[in-house]
Amino acid sequence: MALNPDFIGRSYAPEGTYVVGREKIREFATAIGDTNPASHDVEAARALGYTDLAAPPTFSVILSLKASGAVVRDPELGLDYSRVVHGEQRFEFTRPIVAGDELVVTTTIEAIRTMAGNDMITTRGDIATVGGEPVATTRALLVSRGPEDDS
Amino acid sequence: MTALVAWADVEVGTELPAQTFAITRADLVRYAGASGDFNVIHWNERVATEVGLPNVIAHGMLTMALAGRVVTDWIGDPGALLEYGVRFTRPVVVPDDDSGATLEVAAKVSAKNDDGTVQVTLTASFDGATVLGKAQARVRLA
Repeated sequence: MALNPDFIGRSYAPEGTYVVGREKIREFATAIGDTNPASHDVEAARALGYTDLAAPPTFSVILSLKASGAVVRDPELGLDYSRVVHGEQRFEFTRPIVAGDELVVTTTIEAIRTMAGNDMITTRGDIATVGGEPVATTRALLVSRGPEDDS
Repeated sequence: MTALVAWADVEVGTELPAQTFAITRADLVRYAGASGDFNVIHWNERVATEVGLPNVIAHGMLTMALAGRVVTDWIGDPGALLEYGVRFTRPVVVPDDDSGATLEVAAKVSAKNDDGTVQVTLTASFDGATVLGKAQARVRLA
């Protein structure tokens, strides 16, 4: 089923605030084997000019994943998540996420197109502090495989 | 916020230190917990094969994160990375053994911009084939 292009531009308000914790940054950095002291040692992070531990760049995916859930679960859009694969991911960083940040994500459907029976949807997540300071923008291309792809 | 590498010291073609990463099932479990991505195809062989995959596959975002380390380890400061994007072109299949999958990542400077930034192009391969397409980063150098 082709997705309705009328949903291009639809925006989903933040579903609450994400408070960034030191231990979450350390946990994420450890999971990707990132030993950069800025993500583990507060003094090292401050020496680089950050107020607290700085997260590895792709930490942003934790927030964008939560936010894109709103799109995926939108009953009116009707995306079949069991058929969705992650086709592309981009990040633009204004600054690193640091421990103590209180962040909100606004998600917008930026593009919808159908190619060879597959629905392709681009979602943009604008990550900002609760005070309105922009932190990062994430873009994900989700591909929903058409039923005829099941061979 | 300062990178360890000076803009004046690099040119188009400068290679970043390449890295090889082993990805085991334990790494996938750890990444699932850290990222919140609990999609079963990243830890359950039964479900992965039922949906047509050869076996459990790594999270695309884990592959992206590991490849990104080649850039952030080079510049030293996570804040010097301004843009990073990839296409997921092939899955990294992770066997149920102690050595796991081997991901090889190379990167080089592909453009120098007048604003003190450089473009880095990455190549990530597994089992002799590239797994990331259009893998590009823009970084601010000192």
